[in-house]
Amino acid sequence: MANKLVVSLSPHVHSGDSVQKNMYWVCIALVPALLCSFVSFGVGAIITTAISVAACVFFEWAINKFMLKNPKCTICDGSAILTGILLAFNLPSNIQPWIIIVGAFFAIGVVKMTFGGLGCNLFNPALAGRAFLLISFPVQMTTWPVPGQGFGTYLDAETGATPLSVMKAAFKTGNPEMLNELPSFQDMLLGNTGGCLGEVCAAALILGFIILLVKKVITWHIPVSILLTVAVFSGLLNLANPVYANPLAELMSGGLLLGAIFMATDYVTSPMSKNGQLVYGVAIGVLTVIIRAYGAYPEGMSFAILIMNAFVPLINNKFKPKRFGEVPAKK
Amino acid sequence: MNNFKVLVNGIIKENPTFVLLLGMCPTLGTTSSAINGMSMGLATMCVLILSNLIIASIKKLIPDAVRIPSYIVVIASLVTVLQMVIKAYAPDIDKSLGLFIPLIVVNCIILGRAEAFAAKNGPVASIFDGIGIGLGFTIALTCLGAVRELLGTGAIFGVTLWGENYGMLMFVLAPGAFLALGYLIVLFNKITKKA
Amino acid sequence: MKKLKSSLTNMLVVLTVITIVAAGVLASVNAVTAPQIEKINAENLAAGIKAVMGSDDITVSEPVHVGDYTVYDISDNQGNQLGKAVVTTENGFGGPLKVLVGFNTNGDILGYTVLEHQETPGLGAKAGEWFQKDGKGNIIGMNPGKNNFTVSKDGGEVDAITASTITSRAFLRAIHNAYTKVIAGGDVVSGATQQASAVDGESGATQQASAVDGESGATQQASAADMGTPEVIE
Repeated sequence: MANKLVVSLSPHVHSGDSVQKNMYWVCIALVPALLCSFVSFGVGAIITTAISVAACVFFEWAINKFMLKNPKCTICDGSAILTGILLAFNLPSNIQPWIIIVGAFFAIGVVKMTFGGLGCNLFNPALAGRAFLLISFPVQMTTWPVPGQGFGTYLDAETGATPLSVMKAAFKTGNPEMLNELPSFQDMLLGNTGGCLGEVCAAALILGFIILLVKKVITWHIPVSILLTVAVFSGLLNLANPVYANPLAELMSGGLLLGAIFMATDYVTSPMSKNGQLVYGVAIGVLTVIIRAYGAYPEGMSFAILIMNAFVPLINNKFKPKRFGEVPAKK
Repeated sequence: MNNFKVLVNGIIKENPTFVLLLGMCPTLGTTSSAINGMSMGLATMCVLILSNLIIASIKKLIPDAVRIPSYIVVIASLVTVLQMVIKAYAPDIDKSLGLFIPLIVVNCIILGRAEAFAAKNGPVASIFDGIGIGLGFTIALTCLGAVRELLGTGAIFGVTLWGENYGMLMFVLAPGAFLALGYLIVLFNKITKKA
Repeated sequence: MKKLKSSLTNMLVVLTVITIVAAGVLASVNAVTAPQIEKINAENLAAGIKAVMGSDDITVSEPVHVGDYTVYDISDNQGNQLGKAVVTTENGFGGPLKVLVGFNTNGDILGYTVLEHQETPGLGAKAGEWFQKDGKGNIIGMNPGKNNFTVSKDGGEVDAITASTITSRAFLRAIHNAYTKVIAGGDVVSGATQQASAVDGESGATQQASAVDGESGATQQASAADMGTPEVIE
């Protein structure tokens, strides 16, 4: 009875916004990318996503019920489903199922539930799961299938280079002509290149971004600041030395769009205020380009976001959101 | 406190790794396999027992103002002797632990026990404290090493259980050491708090 | 007995006595263990040399230092020259990678063993087995002067350790350098003029090295196209 009567300060207006609704809209925004992935990599993309979602939901349910003994239904809010989809989007489509399950356990069990579940986790669970898998199983995590092998392709997919590995090779050997091996912009836009299953189709990801913006699930601050920073920074590198790829290729390759639109904007692990979000986005962009150009790994997006996740409490401390109705103090 | 209690105290109530969180450098650095962790623990235990004994015996002769340098000279000499002996008579251990043995000098467990226990108690009690703390450290390092070896390479004490292909490499590397240690501390607290 | 006061004399005397005793103990232990350590090191080296030369009945010369390389002339017990064993070091992924490699008189690789390394366990640390005769990247019997002694990704003939291209490159470079600096330029058979000829040979050796580099550069573009193995990951 007591719970039915909510007494709070005015104004008593409810926007109809809820965790559930936002999570499901993000999932819907990811559907175009999943479809494109199916076209590029075949049924493996769907199987991988299904296993990942099922494993994430199962671990969240099991830990919540048997270890935390929490009667609340935490899987109903859809956050575990979203984590599952995002984790799968960060994997090659030909990865063995048991590795996906290990990754899902790490994402949900270690990174999310250990800290107390949704809202308390310091790091983005899907990204931490991906980073864990990348460090633990470098061979399986970096043999990407080449697209267009028919819809039945799964574990037996042929593997090949990705745009990012071509860029890395060009930089390591100092031979800018190697960049001619990059797929055309049209291929990158439509997802006709190698890579993790959710990251290849730039057009579908941008469509997802528009859905999220229209439904006001996210604001433009974080994605735009990341993308602009990467464009400017990699543009400068490209001008200084042509062994660095041109900024448009940097923007459309690897997990940059996926990360900027769907992962860096995770409510729990991003700053609250608009200014904080801009700082966060710029820092992610700079780190990504640095890791891509000079790091041991070809992709830097996931590590950049995870590093900045750790700084979010500090950013929140510096850039506090304005209180509702607050008037700036006159000097 | 009788000597037996001193011994058990070192293993459980004041376990240097799980409770006091001392000596983290060798704990995280050497435990990539169970056997490495155990060798490091045993080597530290040797030094700890001898340093406790020597310091407890000569503590009256050492003026307070120079006690730390004196302890350090004693400990450093013991470690150097140990290193030379291992090099000469146990070259296999030297191969896997060679880099870490000099680090025992700066392991705060040794200086910590010298200052906290040996400087206040008699030689016999100090020996038991050395054995207890040493065993606690050895057990902790062996457990951590076993967990990391099992998860990282699918083997335990070199015996393959499910093969290296199914090992999670991260547990052999540094981040896995932190994670495994954290979860072991959780487990240790859960067991000891209940008892 | 009362505790000693912290007077200047007491402190000086106590610290001096402690350090003198410590130094004495260390010196005596060192005197006992040093010969033993020496013996073990020598045994290890001898066993390593026998392993890389693929024969037990060999005579090993006193080491000769050529630049950064330690070279042992190997002959059988009748005094016939068998080849050379070279200790060579290169920077790997985690630190110095020290390899002992045996060449026969033609410069073919007889065997190798990794003496010291700090490579990633499970990845680069596989170098000890990977390039052996029954390993996937077999280099035994190859000749760095005749074969294209680089990883297949760089257009060479050796399969790199999966996901450990940096270690593989360093390992091959170590052996290749040993070959060009010590074997190729030097007079392989004669022992007396060895040092001089090795130095003379150095210019020739570098030429050869650059020729090989050029070769791999030419094939780079082709290899980039069919990169099937994962990228520079470790």
